[in-house]
Amino acid sequence: MKRAACVLVAALFGLTACSSDNTNTITVSAAASLTDSFTALGAAFEQDNPGIVVRFNFAGSSTLAEQLTAGAPVDAFAAASSEAMDRAVQAGTVEQPALFATNTLAIAVPPNNPAQISRLDDLADPDITLIVCDVPVPCGAATQRLFDANALSVVPASLERDVRAVLTKVIQDEADAGIVYRTDITAAGAEVHGIDISSESNVINSYPIAVTATADDSSGDLATEFVDFVLSDDGQSILRSWGFGTP
Amino acid sequence: MSLAAHITTTVGTVTIDAELTCGAGETVALLGPNGAGKSTLLAAIAGLRAIDDGYIRIDSTSVDEPARAIFLPPEHRRVGVLFQDYLLFPHMTVRQNIAFGPKNLGIAPEAEWIAALGLTDLLDHKPSELSGGQAQRVALARALATSPRLLLLDEPLAALDASTKQAVRAELRSFLQQFEYGTVIVTHDPVDALVLADRIVVLEGGRITQEGPTAVVAREPRTEYLATVLGVTLVRGVARSGVIACNAGGELITSVEIDGTVVAVIRPQAISLHAGKPEGSARNVWRTSVTRVDAHGEHVRVDLAGPPPLSAAITPAAVAELGIAPGREIWASVKATDVSVHSA
Amino acid sequence: MRASQRERTRTRTRTRHHTRAEAQAPSLVMVLAFVALAFLLIPLAGLLQETPWSELPGLLASPTAVEALRLSLVTSILAAAVATILGVPLAWVLARREFRGQRLVRGVVLLPLVLPPVVGGVALLTAFGRRGLLGQYLYDWFGIQLPFSTAGVVMAEAFVAMPFLVLTVEGALRGIDPRFEMAARTLGASPRTVFFRITMPMISASLIAGIVLAWARALGEFGATITFAGNFPGVTQTLPLAVYSALEVSRDEALALSLVLLAVSLTVLISLRGRFLGSRS
Repeated sequence: MKRAACVLVAALFGLTACSSDNTNTITVSAAASLTDSFTALGAAFEQDNPGIVVRFNFAGSSTLAEQLTAGAPVDAFAAASSEAMDRAVQAGTVEQPALFATNTLAIAVPPNNPAQISRLDDLADPDITLIVCDVPVPCGAATQRLFDANALSVVPASLERDVRAVLTKVIQDEADAGIVYRTDITAAGAEVHGIDISSESNVINSYPIAVTATADDSSGDLATEFVDFVLSDDGQSILRSWGFGTP
Repeated sequence: MSLAAHITTTVGTVTIDAELTCGAGETVALLGPNGAGKSTLLAAIAGLRAIDDGYIRIDSTSVDEPARAIFLPPEHRRVGVLFQDYLLFPHMTVRQNIAFGPKNLGIAPEAEWIAALGLTDLLDHKPSELSGGQAQRVALARALATSPRLLLLDEPLAALDASTKQAVRAELRSFLQQFEYGTVIVTHDPVDALVLADRIVVLEGGRITQEGPTAVVAREPRTEYLATVLGVTLVRGVARSGVIACNAGGELITSVEIDGTVVAVIRPQAISLHAGKPEGSARNVWRTSVTRVDAHGEHVRVDLAGPPPLSAAITPAAVAELGIAPGREIWASVKATDVSVHSA
Repeated sequence: MRASQRERTRTRTRTRHHTRAEAQAPSLVMVLAFVALAFLLIPLAGLLQETPWSELPGLLASPTAVEALRLSLVTSILAAAVATILGVPLAWVLARREFRGQRLVRGVVLLPLVLPPVVGGVALLTAFGRRGLLGQYLYDWFGIQLPFSTAGVVMAEAFVAMPFLVLTVEGALRGIDPRFEMAARTLGASPRTVFFRITMPMISASLIAGIVLAWARALGEFGATITFAGNFPGVTQTLPLAVYSALEVSRDEALALSLVLLAVSLTVLISLRGRFLGSRS
């Protein structure tokens, strides 16, 4: 009995410690706003390349950049802002980023629009519960630029760590409004009601993608292939279908 | 009347049905084996448990009467309780312990008890620093500080070692003799009852089996328990013209003229053992065998098969001389006048 | 060995206050104990080593840091108070009363201990969020919104901290002889007086330990806070949340804030000096 327990514990440790060094798997860190589109891209890539597996790690771009610096075993990185990617470039963790998409902001409100928001200016009302991304996150930086550009002074109720967290709070009707990407509105479908921000008032976010410096030879080639796929016409049309703009 | 009660209550499998009274200035000992229900009765009188039926009146005030839906909680009963382990509050000094009761009742503490019980020097000590005897006195002072109309003592001397017990018992006796209200002492130690109480009430299996003035009860035990506890032998039988036909077999000749169902009491010291048939005035002589030999302090207790079965107390020297051992055939004798008899 | 030598060794051993049994502790135990200590100390050492000591004053004086510390202290103390006021009566009922379903109640009380704090936060949302079980009435009738408020932070922290207090106090109450309370009743004390003048003082050491444990847990709470109360400086951004935010920007700032948390917690825990666990009243 004791013997069996020891073997079991050793096996568990072994399982937790070793990462899959399967040569047919690549891991991609991608910004939270890319969750749906990149999952679709991954599936398409796997279909074109049978036997290959693409795993994703979605989170706020700044968090992902920090993870890379800490040595996360990731093969490619797609960020929601050039600032986040620049941090990774400066840390030497990625190579030669290329822009693959753009995104604009939009206002998300619960389907019944309890605070009856119709325009950007409505957000200045101190009585409404507004959720936005935290400043270090690309979405948050963009939101800040949006408010500055439109001379709006708002007091958010909470600063979330990534754009999906903002979206979730709006979907759950815990907030009256949230600033998210247009693509998030598309992805949420009927769960959320989106209010467009006119292009004169809006800001544009550029999305870069790069292969990481830590990817070894076999994964590195695969990662490069994936990046090429994202930049290819097929990849771009998938991104377009989710609401992203051209780079 | 400090206490007048008829208590009927059930604890687990034991049903208690007992009538208890205690007059002002009287000390009553509630004597009985463990599990008889003595502590339950005490708890009921103190208000720490409710009775199922009957009544409890303290100083003519009804404090518990289920039939009339009366129940006075303990804090309003003015009953002083001395617990077996004293239960002095460990986080308070002696002074604070004693002052606790009066403070709750909004009266001034009775300073006389502190001096009377010799506690003046101990007032700032914590209970953990006190000896057994000191703790007992503090507990007593604490119970008395509220000027209770009834005092309940639960095995007051049980927590003391043998040497302290004697001294404290004597002190307690003189105190109780001056106490103007009634006191009920619960004890399983017959010496406590004999020394401290004016009246003894014997409780066995939830019922009162005997009660009366101390001296009488001590002399004439009517139950096996009491006899054992008092260290005497009890024999039941039917008497006719000075001869008792014992239920356990055999006969006893007695000098008392009582006929009918009787209980005979024989002190172990009254039985003599002989190697051969003795000569002499003793009317009860018979040949029997030893069943058991036990040392009991300074004397040895020898159980005899009889019939009837009896116990003798003889000196260790005699044991050696006679070669007493279980199984030995021996002659026993007891004078008729040493067989005390009373109606059962 | 000569007799005199043997004698000297024996004496030396004795003066070192060793018994034979003690000196013979299995080496495996000592090794594992050392590993355990290292396991706990090395991450701490790493933290201290990476801390930008020279920039510390500047980092800690930033408004974010000051706000976060102030908020953390206020909310954790309030949470400990809530946990105490609600938890002590609950502990009393569990310790002193026998009732059906007692095991279930105790299980529920201990649930926040094993539940991931984020799950706790989600649960709080379903109960007190705008569309929550109770929250919807609070919002629709009184306009009270608990998420995104400081009150929400206190609630989240109290939720995770209460089990610690209940556990400690219940254990202590079971440990004292209930007859003391009976003795107090015979001395004219009402149940209320018994509770405040006898029961509580008798478990004071454990009560204090329980409150401090609850406070320490509240101070370090993250998952439930960020999920239920949100993250905004000055309102809901406690020290742990500030560390998390800072981590996305500047590792140095995160380390500095972590150090503050560490220092505050360590100070209080050390000052408890061994009266930590269990009812040693």
